[in-house]
Amino acid sequence: MGDYILETEGLTKEFAGFTAVRGVDLRVRRGSIHALIGPNGAGKTTVFNLLTKFLAPTAGRIAYNGRDITALRPADVARLGMVRSFQISAVFPHLSVRENVRLALQRPLGTSFQFWRSERSLERLNPRADALIAAVGLAADTLSTAAELPYGRKRALEIATTLALDPEMLLLDEPMAGLGHEDIARIAALIRDVAKSRTVLMVEHNLSVVADLSHTITVLTRGHVLAEGSYAEVSANAEVREAYMGTGAGGAAGHA
Amino acid sequence: MAGTQPARSPRQAGLPRHWRLILGALLLAAAVAGPFLFYPVFLMKALCFALFACAFNLLIGYVGLLSFGHAAFMGTASYITAYTVKAWGFEPLVGILAGTAVAAVLGTGFGWLAIRRQGIYFAMVTLALAQMVYFVALQAKFTGGEDGIQAVPRGRLLGLVDLGDPLAMYYFVLVVFLIGYALVYRTIHSPFGQVLKAIRENEPRAISLGYRTDRYKLLAFILSATLAGLAGSTKSLVFQLASLTDVQWQMSGEVVLMTLLGGLGTVFGPVVGAFIDVGMENYLAQYGSWVTVIQGVIFVVCVLTFRRGVVGEIIHLAQRVTAGRTEAPPPAAVAQTAPGE
Repeated sequence: MGDYILETEGLTKEFAGFTAVRGVDLRVRRGSIHALIGPNGAGKTTVFNLLTKFLAPTAGRIAYNGRDITALRPADVARLGMVRSFQISAVFPHLSVRENVRLALQRPLGTSFQFWRSERSLERLNPRADALIAAVGLAADTLSTAAELPYGRKRALEIATTLALDPEMLLLDEPMAGLGHEDIARIAALIRDVAKSRTVLMVEHNLSVVADLSHTITVLTRGHVLAEGSYAEVSANAEVREAYMGTGAGGAAGHA
Repeated sequence: MAGTQPARSPRQAGLPRHWRLILGALLLAAAVAGPFLFYPVFLMKALCFALFACAFNLLIGYVGLLSFGHAAFMGTASYITAYTVKAWGFEPLVGILAGTAVAAVLGTGFGWLAIRRQGIYFAMVTLALAQMVYFVALQAKFTGGEDGIQAVPRGRLLGLVDLGDPLAMYYFVLVVFLIGYALVYRTIHSPFGQVLKAIRENEPRAISLGYRTDRYKLLAFILSATLAGLAGSTKSLVFQLASLTDVQWQMSGEVVLMTLLGGLGTVFGPVVGAFIDVGMENYLAQYGSWVTVIQGVIFVVCVLTFRRGVVGEIIHLAQRVTAGRTEAPPPAAVAQTAPGE
């Protein structure tokens, strides 16, 4: 196993004559926070969906921990330890906060097909679920229905659920999208904390967050990689400035 | 009128526990006393449909899959039971098990094909497959075509109890229903049921948590088909008849109606819906072909005014009242709506 936990080679995705992602070579260093940025329509989310197998690539290869995962199904990728979040916060709205987290803890028990067993058998997962919930600051909401939570808390719940799987690698799709200042600071702190023992790859729009958080930034534009490097390197790149910074998004908005 | 456990919303526990126990006891008492107050065949018919609707609701209410071909499972099972009991002299219980087993096998095949599609396409695939079953039922020798299989003997249960006696038959049907209902209830409140709810709520997220959702959907489909089969098998003994009515697409539509009427995604709702539907058919029979018109109007009014269905609305109301810290409403309201009204 090398330095890189996730590597892609010539990753390409075509939708009916339109190439959304073209020949992307991405290498994510183990233990780093890696950000994928780019203007709207640059193909960030498509890359994301390709990596987690929610989309099948037209061409190219994906390796996770040195293993070719190009042909795997999304649930199997998750089982290998690479877990994704979604752009629109992904919780189970009509279940309680505890039930949400428990669903992530439940699978390893091996009872998930047992329709004859009482759901009380899941109660032994409560202590672990509650600890995870407390860790993201939701202890007071443990029994609330997820739908009732404000948006920022839903994102926190989503992270708690993801962490319940104890993934080796987290893929976060715009974790700060739609959040207010306070929530951004909270979630950023959470991500930094999580990344101490894990690799994080995130798609982000909010540049200031990316600057503060990430070790490596890959800039995508029109489906291909424009530049890669640290924030200082990338932001000094003339092409990047033209394609992306020119939008003025490099400002201090939502500083973590 | 029927069923032990009262309604419980999939979303939140509806009524407080002690109310549910009281309500359950009342309903069970009503179910036991039922045949002395109502025409037993009417109650048995309602119970069979209630089980059928519960089976259907397991898919639509808890996995979010609208099957439009559930008549295939009910009908096939009723033909198999009727045939094995009449032609091969099977003991009634064995006949029911045979019908149910065939429905399970059929459900495995249909489910395997159908769960690859979602939404309207899932509904269309199930409908198309069910139409094929209808065609077979119409053409095959053993089903008796337009005549169906008539004069099916009810036989003696385990060689002991004569099911020709309406009261014995009623209690037998009641037990079958309670077993089926308990199985649905347990499935919903099991580790498996939790995953089903997760799939209904947000399938991509369930996948990203490592669940191979297709397998869960398939098992839910098989369970649903099996229980629909159990309902069909039992019904063929009640009416001593297996006919095309049970495999027709109208039957698949009627079960949608019952479930919506009673409350989609509530455990007890389909039971209430089935009793209302069968009740209307029974007590409005004097109006002849106007029954369908009256039924249609009632259905439209229900869908427009209380979209959660009867039980869904009651639970919603109970929750609002509980949230307002006022006294809980009399849950007997469910019991009053349930029986043949």
